[in-house]
Amino acid sequence: MGLFKAAFDKLKQGLDRTRSTFVGEIRSILSGKPLSKELLSQLEARMIQSDFGVKTSRELIKDIEASWERDEIHTGDDAMDYLKELLNAYWPAENRTLNFAKTGPTIILVAGINGAGKTTSIAKIAKSLRDDNKQVMLAACDTFRAAAVQQLEIWSERIGVDVIKGQQGGDPASVAYDACEAAEARGIDVLLIDTAGRLHTQKHLMDQLAKIKRVIQKKFPDAPHEVILVLDATTGQNAVTQAAIFAQSIDVSGIFLAKLDGTARGGIVVAIREELGIPVKFIGVGETPDDVEPFEPNTFVEAMFAQ
Amino acid sequence: MFGNLTDKFNDVFRKISGRGKISEANIREAMDEVKTALLEADVHYEVVESFCESVQAKSLGSDVLDSLKPGQQLIKIVHDELVWLMGGKEEFAEDVSAVDGMPSLAAPTTGGIMFVDPGPTLVMMCGLQGAGKTTTCGKLAAVLKKQGKKVMLAAADLQRPAAVHQLEVLVGQVNEEIESGPEVLFYSELDKVAEYGKAVGAAVTVCRHAASEAKKTQCDVLILDTAGRLHVNDDLMGELRQIEKAVGPHQIMLVVDAMTGQDAVNSAKAFNEQLELDGVILTKFDSDTRGGAALSVRQVTGKPIKYLGVGEHLDALETFHPERITSRILGMGDVVSLVEKAQEQVSVEEAQALQEKMAAGKMTMDDFLSQLRTMRKMGSMKSLLGMLPGIGNQISKMDLDEREIDRTEAIIHSMTRDERKDVDLLDNSRRRRISRGSGTEPTDVAQLVKGFGMVSQMGKQMSGMGMLSKMRAMSNMGQMDMSSLAGGHPPQLGSEGRPSTRSGFKKKFKQRKRRK
Ligand SMILES: Nc1nc2c(ncn2[C@@H]2O[C@H](COP(=O)(O)OP(=O)(O)O)[C@@H](O)[C@H]2O)c(=O)[nH]1
Ligand SMILES: [Mg+2]
Repeated sequence: MGLFKAAFDKLKQGLDRTRSTFVGEIRSILSGKPLSKELLSQLEARMIQSDFGVKTSRELIKDIEASWERDEIHTGDDAMDYLKELLNAYWPAENRTLNFAKTGPTIILVAGINGAGKTTSIAKIAKSLRDDNKQVMLAACDTFRAAAVQQLEIWSERIGVDVIKGQQGGDPASVAYDACEAAEARGIDVLLIDTAGRLHTQKHLMDQLAKIKRVIQKKFPDAPHEVILVLDATTGQNAVTQAAIFAQSIDVSGIFLAKLDGTARGGIVVAIREELGIPVKFIGVGETPDDVEPFEPNTFVEAMFAQ
Repeated sequence: MFGNLTDKFNDVFRKISGRGKISEANIREAMDEVKTALLEADVHYEVVESFCESVQAKSLGSDVLDSLKPGQQLIKIVHDELVWLMGGKEEFAEDVSAVDGMPSLAAPTTGGIMFVDPGPTLVMMCGLQGAGKTTTCGKLAAVLKKQGKKVMLAAADLQRPAAVHQLEVLVGQVNEEIESGPEVLFYSELDKVAEYGKAVGAAVTVCRHAASEAKKTQCDVLILDTAGRLHVNDDLMGELRQIEKAVGPHQIMLVVDAMTGQDAVNSAKAFNEQLELDGVILTKFDSDTRGGAALSVRQVTGKPIKYLGVGEHLDALETFHPERITSRILGMGDVVSLVEKAQEQVSVEEAQALQEKMAAGKMTMDDFLSQLRTMRKMGSMKSLLGMLPGIGNQISKMDLDEREIDRTEAIIHSMTRDERKDVDLLDNSRRRRISRGSGTEPTDVAQLVKGFGMVSQMGKQMSGMGMLSKMRAMSNMGQMDMSSLAGGHPPQLGSEGRPSTRSGFKKKFKQRKRRK
């Protein structure tokens, strides 16, 4: 419960930072008013503005409307409670914790488009694992972007974990392989693999990613134990396509939703859930390695409606 | 998934055709489709609302109601209005690109940077984290170097680990890859780099020093790469204001990720309020995003979109063309880009020779093969077809890949010379032989022959079209034959939905201006 509270406060704090908070607005749209068509269309507008997507928003509104017609709800407050219920229902109980290897090192492959927040998010996960007394190592497989290796190196120094790196312009898959070997040799608990940003539309780069995964499996057949897709929370509907295509090529096991501090929105999470069913495991709420929280759907939904 | 706006429009109007005139309500219904299309493209809700209202008013005041093809008429109004909003205004305004009598060496306002004389022209880049500022700095430097400008890049992102180093590496790459023009200089103060939140304000000093250094070294342009920041972070937004005050940049560019969602409006508004932007650069436009953020940002800031980032390499920076993005936002496909991409690969003579053959119904399997190779040259099929958002989705489901082309090539290679010249020779036994020779199924051969038939048919229809339409039809044809070969249904591009050529627009806007 302590963690839950902390996560809630942090998220709310993150959300508070935005001035025109979705949060307050949903409440002020609905609270203390009788339910009406007008009210529902305002709610729909609000949801679309939070990146829920047209389809998801309209479906949710339809559900509320149906309940209204069935005479189950009558006021804006009822509608809000009902919407919360609907949103919570998107996330049944599921395992949102990291999946660890039964024996040997746990391999976590991290991917996403350019600038999504992969490297920073890796630093965040690494720090929280290290704080949990795990032996953590990083692999700098972004051999493409200028100074990407140095960026990860600086993080590794700040956090105090090892890093395996390759040459700028070198083959990322072979760096991944070397890192896997080193992880085994050094008795590492968790190896986090950073990869270059790539657009999901670049087939050859998506193939390269699949190759990295295959090479890891050469070393550890049951790896990677976790494939994390980092998404920028300010992304619009394209995030759904991104998630779908990354999932196709490397079988994503969890999403890290970065930069949720920048936006009171994050409705895209609901759209992704609706379309793809990939669990969100972490949220990023700032630029320091401590700005990470486990994703708690109830907390997330509550924070959306908090005052 | 939203298909083609034109089709939807036609549906709306087909329902009522034959039943007399269309009404205001019909137009409203059609506008609902526009609204959905724009929202799905991530255009901000309020921008959509006001846009649809104004289009509705315009179409009621026009002859849409009496038109024989109201769907076509309406989409034209929507399209033109969008082009106008996206920057057609500037592009077709009188040539007033120079500011305050300062000479402008760059293209009109929708592209390029304006220069001051004497230099250095100070360009400041700002934006959210991960938008692509640093990469864009490198690309811009490359463009300017090619123009013969002496450029300095200053690393004022002291916050993100290794950001300074990233810029330094980029400067090295620019100098290595672009031979013409003076060497690009790099300015940094490594001792000012600090952890997040601990260096606020230090960037001001770095920028000030960079400005005087640029002056001393007689640079034409100084580009300041600032740290990514959230528009809601008061401290960091304050830092940007301080930089502005300290060095007085001539051009302030907001770098925006083209995939941004509804929040684009809020961040762009905040940056614009704090800084008085001069222009916007949209990045990651090579993705399959519909790019509605472009319209949102454009509307809330009123500032021109100057460039599009279309890849990770230094040369992947394009000047902005309003009509292209318009089609994309509407889900009509970036046909102009597609055509241009095709044009890059096929020489005009080659194309013309082929057209003539086709028009005369004389296309052979060999021509078809070379067409396929051209398509392959144009890049991965999917990325190419992905430029057409309406059908991009279908295409990815169809799993149309290079192997299809390989297979088709193998089949054609297994044909005799005579067979390639005249597919009518292909009876069942020949088809079986070919399938054995190419390691494919007889049905694959049959499908290829069918696809070929369709293409030749199209070729005949194309005679009489202008060059651009031919190119366009050819790219469509490419999709058609490929998809039919892959066993899918050929995607349909509603012909009415295609945007007219740029020169067509120019004419239209000229007329519009005269009317005023
Ligand atoms: N505000 C905020 N910024 C973030 C967050 N995660 C990453 N960033 C910033 O986004 C930018 C790009 O991050 P980076 O990790 O380099 O992205 P990558 O290219 O995907 O590896 C950097 O400036 C990060 O500091 C987050 O949760 N909140
Ligand atoms: Mg990175």
